[in-house]
Amino acid sequence: MTHPCVVTLDRKSAPRVLFAGNRLIEVDLPAGTRVIYPKPPLEGLRDPDAAIRYAINHPYNREPLYALLRPGMKVVIAMDDISLPLPPMKRPDVRERVLTIVLQLLADHGVDDFEIIIATSVHRKMTGPEVRHIVGDKIFDAYWPKRLYNHDAEDRDNMAFVGETDLGERVVLNKKAVEADLVIYVNLNLVPMDGGHKSVAVGLCGYESLKAHHNPKVMRKCHSYMDPKTSELNTIVERMGKVTNKVLKVFTIETTVNNRMFDRALSFLHKNEDDWTGNERLAFKGVQFALDRTPAEARQKIFEKVPSPFELTGVFAGETEAAHAHTLKRCFEQYCVPVEGQADILVCGIPYVSPYNINAFLNPLLVQVMAQGYLFNMYRNQPLVKKGGTMIITHPCTDRFDHAQHAPYVEFVHRLLPETRDAMELHKRFEAEFAQHPAYLQMYRRGNAYHPVHAFFMWYWGEAGRQHVGRVIVVGADNAYIPQVLGYETARSMHEALEMAKDGAPASPQITCMHLPPIVMADMVMPRSHGAAT
Amino acid sequence: MAASYFDVDGTLVRTNLVHPTLFYLLNQATPARTLARLGGALLRAPRLALAELRDRRAFNEELYMLFRGMSEDRLHALADEAVDKVLRPAIYPGARDLIRRCKDLGHEVVICSGALDFLMVPLARELGADQVIANRLEFHDRVASGRMIPPVVAGPTKALLIREHARRGGHDLDASFAYSDSYSDVPMLSVVGHPSAVNPDAALERLAHAHRWPVVHLDRTP
Repeated sequence: MTHPCVVTLDRKSAPRVLFAGNRLIEVDLPAGTRVIYPKPPLEGLRDPDAAIRYAINHPYNREPLYALLRPGMKVVIAMDDISLPLPPMKRPDVRERVLTIVLQLLADHGVDDFEIIIATSVHRKMTGPEVRHIVGDKIFDAYWPKRLYNHDAEDRDNMAFVGETDLGERVVLNKKAVEADLVIYVNLNLVPMDGGHKSVAVGLCGYESLKAHHNPKVMRKCHSYMDPKTSELNTIVERMGKVTNKVLKVFTIETTVNNRMFDRALSFLHKNEDDWTGNERLAFKGVQFALDRTPAEARQKIFEKVPSPFELTGVFAGETEAAHAHTLKRCFEQYCVPVEGQADILVCGIPYVSPYNINAFLNPLLVQVMAQGYLFNMYRNQPLVKKGGTMIITHPCTDRFDHAQHAPYVEFVHRLLPETRDAMELHKRFEAEFAQHPAYLQMYRRGNAYHPVHAFFMWYWGEAGRQHVGRVIVVGADNAYIPQVLGYETARSMHEALEMAKDGAPASPQITCMHLPPIVMADMVMPRSHGAAT
Repeated sequence: MAASYFDVDGTLVRTNLVHPTLFYLLNQATPARTLARLGGALLRAPRLALAELRDRRAFNEELYMLFRGMSEDRLHALADEAVDKVLRPAIYPGARDLIRRCKDLGHEVVICSGALDFLMVPLARELGADQVIANRLEFHDRVASGRMIPPVVAGPTKALLIREHARRGGHDLDASFAYSDSYSDVPMLSVVGHPSAVNPDAALERLAHAHRWPVVHLDRTP
C-alpha cells in the first residue's frame, strides 16, 4: 500500500508549489507524477527541560553527567554551529535549553573552569548576534567572547594531535578539548548525517583531519550521506571518532527536532496542494504576490527574519555511539517515507537556504550542493532517481555571492570550474593552493568567511549525485553562464524541461517530485520484478 | 616562484607616515630644536593637508621636507627606537600570521611602502619580510635635504617598482599576491594575480567587492 505522503497526480490535480530560491512557483506536472510530501511533524516534547534533565541523568552506556563532575576539573562544552537547524529556530534554541541546564549542573558541582566552543570546523565563524540567538542573552552576556567562542581550525598553536587510525587517518583537534578532563558535546541533530562521532571528531578538527574523508574518492562511495551504514564518509568519521574517544572523555547530548519548519502563515507548504483549504490557497497567492513584487535582496531578508518553530522531539545522552543510535531512529521516524521504485526523472525545488548560507545568498556553488548533494542524497537503500536519470531543479542560479562569507567560492566557480568540473582533478590540482591561500585564511580566521577548502568540499558534496545522475536541467535560471559552468542544461519552463528529460528516457518515464522543504527522505523499496539498480 | 607585496601603513600597522615623523620631530637633540621643528611642522600643516587631497606622492614630498637639516647619523640612530616605540606596538594582530603564511608558501615577502627605508628595514626584520622597497631621503654631506631620491614610492610608481622587482627576482606576477588598505594602491594591487584589500578604505572596499577581491581585516583578533 502506498504511504499517505506519496501522492500520484491525475489530470485534475492542482499545480504543485515549489521553491525556486526565495520565490514560490507553481508548476504543472503530468498525470501519473508521483509527489513525495514530508511526514507531518512529530509531536514536540511537552516539557523539554525535564526531558533534557532526564536524559543527562539517565544516559546510555555512561555514568550520569553529575557523576563525572568534580571540583577543579577542566571542562569543555562544545556545540553545533549555525548550520543547524535550517532555518535557525525560534528562541529559545535547543542549545540554550541544554546549556542552561548543563551550566547549572557544573555550578552545583563546583566546576568553574569551563569554556564553551562553537564547533565550526572549517565553517564560518558565527557573529555575536548569531551566537546570542542560539545560546540566549544570559549565557551570551556572561561568557562571550572569552569563555564562549568559535573554534579556529587555523590556530596552529591551539590544535593538538590526538592519534591515528589503523589506516593512517590523523586526528588533530582543538587543544582545549584535548586537554580538558571532560568534553560535553551539545548537538542539534537535524538530519541523519549529523551528530555521532561527527560532532567532536569533525566539529573540532581542522583541514588535516578533514581531508581524510572530505575528498572526492570518499564521496563517491557514499550511498547515501543520509544513511550512515552505507556512507564511507561516516565510516571514516567513526574510525576517527573512536580514536578521539579513546583519548578524550566525551559526554554526548544529542537532540532531535521535528520538521515544523514553517509557522502557521506558511504551514500550507507542508500539505498536498489538492487538500488546501480556500484560506490556504488565498494565503499562498498572497505570499506569492508579495514575493514576486519584492526585490530579490529584500525577499532573502524576509525569509532570514522568519525563524522556524521547530519543537524538540528527543534528547539522548551518554556515550557517543549509544546515544546516537537513538537519535538516528528518531530522525528516520520523522523523515523517512517509503517509496517503491526509482524514478527516471526527479523534480526538486531548490529553496533559499542551505546549511552554508545562513544570513547570506544561496550562491551557485550552494545551488549545486543542494541539488546533487543534499536533495539527491535524501534517500535510504537506493537513490530516488535511477542511474543515468534526470534531475530537474527550479532556481534562478544567479551569479551572486556573499563577499564576507563566500569569497573563496567566487574564485572556485569563476576560475576553476571553467577549467574543469572533474572533482578528482580539482582536488589534485587546486585544493592545496586554496588550503594555504593567505588572504582567504585570514578572512576565515578574522572575519566570517568559510575556510577556502570549503568551496572544494562543496563541490565534492555533489560528487555522488554527479556520478549517478545523467543530466541536471534547471528551470528558471536568470542566466546561461552559471548553469553551463555547473554542467547543467537550462529550460524556460517545467514543460520544456520534462520534454528534454523524456529524450533518452523510457517511453513512459516515471516522474517523481520531491516536495520539500520541510525535509523528507525516501526509503526506497525496489519492486520485486526489478533487479537492483545502483 | 611567487612573491607577496605588502603596503605597510594601514595595512600591516595602524600608524601612518606622520607618526614616525612626529617621533623624530619630538626627539631632537635639544628641547629648543624640538620646539623649532614642531613649529615648522605646524606652519607646514595646511600645505600637507592640501597635498593629501591632491595625491599621495605630493603628500610624501611635503612631509619629508620636515626632515630637512637632520643628520643621517641621527636618523639612523633613532630608527630602531622609532620602530620599537611607534611601529611595533601598532602592528595589527593578524600581520605576523599573514606574513608567516606567505612564507610557508615559499613566497619572497616584500615590503613596498612610501615610508622611509631606514624605518622599513628594521620593521621588515621585525615582521619577517625579506625585502624592502621604500622611499630614500637625499643627503648632502650626510644631512637630509628633505627631498626624496627618485623614484618616489607612491601610487602608480609602486606598480612599476613591483614589476621591476619581479623581473629581477624571477617572480611570476600572475602567481604573486599584493596587500594594501588604500585606494591609492590600486595600481600595485592590479599588477599581481592575487590582490587583497586589507582593512580597506571605503573606496577600495567598493572596488574590492566589484572585482571580488578578498577583503581581509588584520585589525581583528580571531
